[in-house]
Amino acid sequence: MSEGAAKHFDEMTGRGDGVRSPYFAYRSWFEAEDPARLKHKAAEAETFFRRMGITFNVYGEADATERLIPFDVVPRIISGREWARLSRGIEQRVTAINAFLHDLYHRQEILRAGRIPVELIAQNDAFLPQMIGVKPPGGVYTHIVGTDLVRTGENDFYVLEDNARTPSGVSYMLENRETMLHMFPELFSSVAVQPVSTYPRNLRRSLAACAPANRANGTPTIAVLTPGIHNSAYYEHAFLADQMGAELVEGHDLQVVDGRVAMRTTRGYQPIDVIYRRVDDDFLDPLNFNPSSMLGVPGILDVYRAGNITIANAPGTGIADDKAIYSYMPEIVEFYTGEKAILKNVPTWRCSEKDALAHVLDNLDQLVVKEVHGSGGYGMLVGPAASKKEIAAFRKKLEARPGNYIAQPTLSLSTVPILTKAGLAPRHVDLRPFVLVSPNGIKITPGGLTRVALKKGSLVVNSSQGGGTKDTWVLDE
Amino acid sequence: MLGKTAGGIFWMFRYLERSENTARLVDAGFRIALTRSATAEKEWESVVATAGVRDSYVERHGQFEASAVIDFLLRDRTNPSSVLSVIAQARDNGRMVRTALTREVWEAVNECWMTLNEVLSRPVRDRDLPAVLAAIRQQSALVRGALHGTMLRNEIFDFARLGTFLERADNTARILDVKYYVLLPSLSLVGSTMDNVQWETILRSVSAYQSYRWVTRGDPNPRDIAHFLILDRRLPRSLAFCYAKISNNLGYLEADHGTRPQSHTMADARFHSFQNKPIDAILDEGLHEFLSGFIADNQALGAQIERDYRFHE
Repeated sequence: MSEGAAKHFDEMTGRGDGVRSPYFAYRSWFEAEDPARLKHKAAEAETFFRRMGITFNVYGEADATERLIPFDVVPRIISGREWARLSRGIEQRVTAINAFLHDLYHRQEILRAGRIPVELIAQNDAFLPQMIGVKPPGGVYTHIVGTDLVRTGENDFYVLEDNARTPSGVSYMLENRETMLHMFPELFSSVAVQPVSTYPRNLRRSLAACAPANRANGTPTIAVLTPGIHNSAYYEHAFLADQMGAELVEGHDLQVVDGRVAMRTTRGYQPIDVIYRRVDDDFLDPLNFNPSSMLGVPGILDVYRAGNITIANAPGTGIADDKAIYSYMPEIVEFYTGEKAILKNVPTWRCSEKDALAHVLDNLDQLVVKEVHGSGGYGMLVGPAASKKEIAAFRKKLEARPGNYIAQPTLSLSTVPILTKAGLAPRHVDLRPFVLVSPNGIKITPGGLTRVALKKGSLVVNSSQGGGTKDTWVLDE
Repeated sequence: MLGKTAGGIFWMFRYLERSENTARLVDAGFRIALTRSATAEKEWESVVATAGVRDSYVERHGQFEASAVIDFLLRDRTNPSSVLSVIAQARDNGRMVRTALTREVWEAVNECWMTLNEVLSRPVRDRDLPAVLAAIRQQSALVRGALHGTMLRNEIFDFARLGTFLERADNTARILDVKYYVLLPSLSLVGSTMDNVQWETILRSVSAYQSYRWVTRGDPNPRDIAHFLILDRRLPRSLAFCYAKISNNLGYLEADHGTRPQSHTMADARFHSFQNKPIDAILDEGLHEFLSGFIADNQALGAQIERDYRFHE
């Protein structure tokens, strides 16, 4: 893709050579800075991350060395006003998602009303029949949501994905801010930035508020369930458990004892009340789901159905962020909230539909085609960036299993400058704010994880594909 | 705390202790081999035997030659007790029990791993060996310093200390056992020539060369050395010191948990069996018998602690 300055909306400079108001203070600070010092700071940040062990493992790479997600020292800045509108939109969407999930697993009004095709749910692996009629403690399905947003203009934000299963990246949001505070303390005294550091405490409170009514412990005992140290997001699991003062457990630490989920401590088995699980539904319970799973707890779903444990997020929430369901989100928002969706949906062609498939096949070089169940930027085609050969190969896959794909236009994603050897240079970004849902309401941490495609012109921001991250500032205005 | 976490901490500190002990053994072996090239091969053999990896070494290298032994003990990843292997294990354990460690301890063990991976990335040349061994000891000391300076004195700390002292007691007993013949009062029994260099090696292997001079007068003699390493409670690597610590730490766990499982009885029985025994009695009954019995009991104690505190399912 070409990178014409006027083509993309740049969040620092808009579409011209000026500076947008949220960046006024930062830009004047930047211009007074010695470029050599900034480069030195950028190198310092890398050492800092390595020493802290903020690393991840890449699936499928032959050598198991740990990698860092590159960090860029230029913050992404959002005004208080912009944020207020975004938060309203996210809150509306997350409210609708929870209502949708409750409905799907109970009366299925939305299916009866014919707003969503029944077969889209019935034949979907992400829909768990085991959850039908189950009431999650606190009435919450998606305790933690990471809504992926992209921006294309001054007032144009789109939701790219809802991430209602086990969104990751929040530790980077927190560590990126820590790193910035550590490196540029003076910046924060001249620019009023809303803090993000309350997230772990809010997460703990929010999980505790969803503990079962008949819980085993007065103050709910919370555990983070991780697949273990070889998981790519293990750093985050340990980080969150540590920050919340929760236990970090693996499946083999847990067992069902007297109708409760209990952890093996040095004093014997002790019951826990809330599990923040970072393993997928399928691996959660070998008795009820994938029998070969070593990561889960045999029988945990039965304890859950009896109302004796909170699982966050609830099993079966994946149906709400399924890429095939995504295209129906505007209807879903309207159906449950009675309002028009504040945040836009990216126009989506469902390749399972004959006409849509024909359109997609005719326009592969213009579209982004994604697997319905894929994630992490794997198995997708970015048409405008792909070679003829790649497009031809993808066409075969698409024709073989059209139901497996959706397609979207390539959005003209906004850019934010990064620091390169030659100074500031615009790169495409997305944004994942983190949302906490509890019976007491919805809390959205001001900011989130900004992922940035470090390669010039690239639209792929995933860390597994060469993307980096930035600190994200929401101004206190 | 989780049983798995207790086990992770316990082994993390066993591994760190082992890395330091291995560095010390290599150091002592290197010295003696430099000064007595005629018996160098025999000295390296006893170093490998003390490290408890004789069989796997012989399978891989056959001859006990300095550079092969040093590489096997410091860098060989197929040797699970090599410094590189145990440091990687300690750091993996640190990651696993991250929520039980202060940020300082975690950063120290992570830094230890990064530094030693760098230092040991290539075969170590003779002239670099002293600096490399110093780095190993220093990194392990930094983790210990962070542990002492920042950790709560709770059961997490107790398991860290239990791992340290079980490993250390095992190490000291092995050093003595491999060299026990030079300490026997009646040398004619094994037909070896006793000399100062051998004693020095033993003392250096437990960083006690200086302190031995501080606490004894006159020429070193085998009886005093055996007494010092087995019974002297002032020496932080003596068997008596390690068992006093083990006993204390189990005592804290007992106070904390309100229970006294089997391992406590075993540790106390072991400690009582030798703490007030005169060294002459131990030598009379047979030093080798005493040491091999000690090593076996020490191993059994470790296994019992693992069961009592539910390290595994």
